[in-house]
Amino acid sequence: MTEFKVNVQKFNRFAVIRSHGYINNLGGEEIARECRNIMDTGLNELILNLQESTIVNSIGISILIEIIEEILHKNGRLAFSNLTPTVAKTFKIMGLLQFAELFETEQTAIQAFNGNSTS
Amino acid sequence: MNTGTRKDIYITVPMIMDMELAVSKTAEALALMSHFSSDQVDEIRHAVIEACINAMEHSDSPDRKIYLRFSVFDDRMEIRVRDRGHGFDIRCVEKPDLRRKLETGSRKRGWGLMLINNLMDDVKIEKEDPGISVIMTKQITPEHSREGAHDGV
Repeated sequence: MTEFKVNVQKFNRFAVIRSHGYINNLGGEEIARECRNIMDTGLNELILNLQESTIVNSIGISILIEIIEEILHKNGRLAFSNLTPTVAKTFKIMGLLQFAELFETEQTAIQAFNGNSTS
Repeated sequence: MNTGTRKDIYITVPMIMDMELAVSKTAEALALMSHFSSDQVDEIRHAVIEACINAMEHSDSPDRKIYLRFSVFDDRMEIRVRDRGHGFDIRCVEKPDLRRKLETGSRKRGWGLMLINNLMDDVKIEKEDPGISVIMTKQITPEHSREGAHDGV
């Protein structure tokens, strides 16, 4: 099976996290670890690009919910981008989109976080 | 409801990490052969993953196996996911609510059945002796169904 990987790119006020592979409990934990590392540096605005993670199970999503909780606690901001229709539907069913934004692409998410979007 | 031909495909898998992913690939292959849309194929994959995870996490089955049957009809696919564990009472399964979980700080798990119900068209849970079967059905959307659509199965 393809190894799960996370790639991080930091900007001035936010960071983009790109995951690669199946988001199960281990993948979720790895994303959570990176998110916490980033928040420890003072950046509380995160974009999570899941283009290369087309399958996310409910355990992985539960861990993402814990991240949402921590971000909310710090008055931060979380967005998802590049979700497949099923992953977006799953996130919607589980209520994540009540607390996190959804963008079609990483670029539009970055524009919004930079304050350049009209959405 | 049993219209047309039916073909059954049986697989048995051990309850080991990420086995649900391998099972979902079988589901994907059969769904593609049955001419489901790509979105429907993806929904079937995710539902099968959740059903397998439920069996692994909650069945406490002594044989540590999951028994699946994929039934392919002209107009739908029915997937039975069975374990030989101790079973559960569906009436005791609380419907999860994220806002409530966040407000109360309660456990953030327990979403599998809810996802299955939302991703598939029909879901039944049957008590077995021993264990539980989760039976999920997905209808092939009208614009994709045609006679002999799954000749390849």
